Amino acid sequence: MQGLIEFIEISLTGLGMGGLYALTGVAFVLIYKATRVINLAIGEMLMVGAYLFFGLAAGLALPWWLAILFALAGGGLLGLLLERAVIRPMLGENPISVFMVTIGLGSILVGLVELIWTADPRRLPQFLPDEPIFLGPVFVFPEPFWSFVIAAAVIGVFVLLFRYWRGGVALRATALDQGAAYAMGINVPRVYALAWMLAGMIAAGAGMLLGSIAGLSPALALFGLTVLVVVIVGGLDSVPGVLLAGILIGWIESLAGSYLGGEYEHLVTFALLLVVLLVRPWGLFGTPEVERL
Amino acid sequence: MSEPLLDIANIEVVYNRAVQVLRGLSLQVPAGEIVALLGSNGAGKSTTLKAVSNVLSLEDGELTAGRIDYAGQAVSARPPHQLVRDGMCHVMEGRRVFEELTVEENLVAAGYALTGRSDGGRVDFDLVYEYFPRLHERRRALAGYLSGGEQQMLAIGRALVGRPRLMLLDEPSLGLSPMLVEDIFTIIGRINAEQGVAMLLVEQNASLALALASYGYIMESGRVVIDGTPDKLMADDDVREFYLGMGEQGGEQRSYREVKHYKRRKRWLS
Ligand SMILES: Nc1ncnc2c1ncn2[C@@H]1O[C@H](COP(=O)(O)OP(=O)(O)OP(=O)(O)O)[C@@H](O)[C@H]1O
Ligand SMILES: [Mg+2]
Repeated sequence: MQGLIEFIEISLTGLGMGGLYALTGVAFVLIYKATRVINLAIGEMLMVGAYLFFGLAAGLALPWWLAILFALAGGGLLGLLLERAVIRPMLGENPISVFMVTIGLGSILVGLVELIWTADPRRLPQFLPDEPIFLGPVFVFPEPFWSFVIAAAVIGVFVLLFRYWRGGVALRATALDQGAAYAMGINVPRVYALAWMLAGMIAAGAGMLLGSIAGLSPALALFGLTVLVVVIVGGLDSVPGVLLAGILIGWIESLAGSYLGGEYEHLVTFALLLVVLLVRPWGLFGTPEVERL
Repeated sequence: MSEPLLDIANIEVVYNRAVQVLRGLSLQVPAGEIVALLGSNGAGKSTTLKAVSNVLSLEDGELTAGRIDYAGQAVSARPPHQLVRDGMCHVMEGRRVFEELTVEENLVAAGYALTGRSDGGRVDFDLVYEYFPRLHERRRALAGYLSGGEQQMLAIGRALVGRPRLMLLDEPSLGLSPMLVEDIFTIIGRINAEQGVAMLLVEQNASLALALASYGYIMESGRVVIDGTPDKLMADDDVREFYLGMGEQGGEQRSYREVKHYKRRKRWLS
């Protein structure tokens, strides 16, 4: 009985992380589907979002909700800026060059953050409720619990937006056939900008949640590596795939970390990646002809 | 004669900075008329339409000489989506429906053509369903699951949503059964007559296209080799032999009757 409760507790904590993987994965897939760019700077964009919140809430002492709004806006702006200044001029270039450029962008963002806030770890101002949560006899840490709830809600909102909002239809149309989208009168470059902006906002939101679980430091960007595993496992171009893979990997990591020891956490993740790459290189739900990483 | 709606003057197009596909092509489409552009495979018909709708750059193609004016203004200065919003709709070769979107969502996407129009931007679904009742029945189905004929209807329906002044139609009969081709062509004729839409109609099926058109151009290797009214083209021996598949003997009777049939139908419609 005690073992079962412990298993459930560990699993729920894993789901908390999994929700953040899924959320950040959605941001990645959004950019990939709309613009076919493999954005390796997603982890750094997420980290910048967390630092923006820190700067606004701790540095400028804004109320936490205002700081969150501004940090989300800042994340969106960062996405727009990257698309406009770096990605759009590279339109039509070899995908590998674009991919390399996003790696460079990531390092620049880390550099900027370290210049402004130094590399010292910090504590993010508390904005999630911190009373412990009991579901019957099962105890759940409040931060993973609330970040899972928020991530799920945000994902839900975006799924509805993609489905019913006119701009969501334009996004999906552009993702499917850029030439045909132009022929519908869709301003395709504007759709690219929109995808980057939304992804920037999602990443910033995920960054604040992650920062409140794991603390704040430039190392937060490493989260992007696991997100990369998540999208490869789920399929670069599949939102449902990424949701499932995010939850799955969060859960497996948590189990491995608790039962086998912390050093196994990433080992298990990458073992899973290897298996998927061998069996289904396009991911669980991806389309076979898209790039294989 | 008043100024044509579309005026293509001596254009040359090069792909990948290497392959020249159009070599001094000129043609005009007057407002409200159907003009047929015929020619064998690889003559450069689709390339001509892509030059008009200014999407060559998406395929690494470039207009290296000549000029294309739509409604009195050069197309080269306007991005492709702006041309669509200005009333030029390109129904591309191979239909290009958004397969993972429903029929209705395809039409919603097409509604972007109405951006910035003075008459408001509402998508007139009923207009599309009136011409294509079949699309109404299948409006919730994913476009990828439609039959070829239904996809062609959707492709034309999407163009209709934009209430165009000019439609560029690239081989609407491609891959359809003879009966469906007949239906589609009847509707194309109706749209022209009832909505006053001018059309540049690219076809392999020359007799059908000439039956609808008021003028025709025949192109080979990137330039126009002969043009004229359908009567003149159909009386031309070379045209009859190479494009209408009517040699001295054999198929002549039947095909010609088919053409006549379309002429009648057209007169009846207008
Ligand atoms: N994107 C491209 N890059 C290079 N060459 C191209 C490209 N598109 C077309 N071509 C070449 O240009 C020529 C004309 O092509 P186009 O598609 O305009 O012909 P078409 O008259 O429409 O033929 P079809 O009847 O087969 O559709 C062909 O030789 C083709 O190989
Ligand atoms: Mg063609």
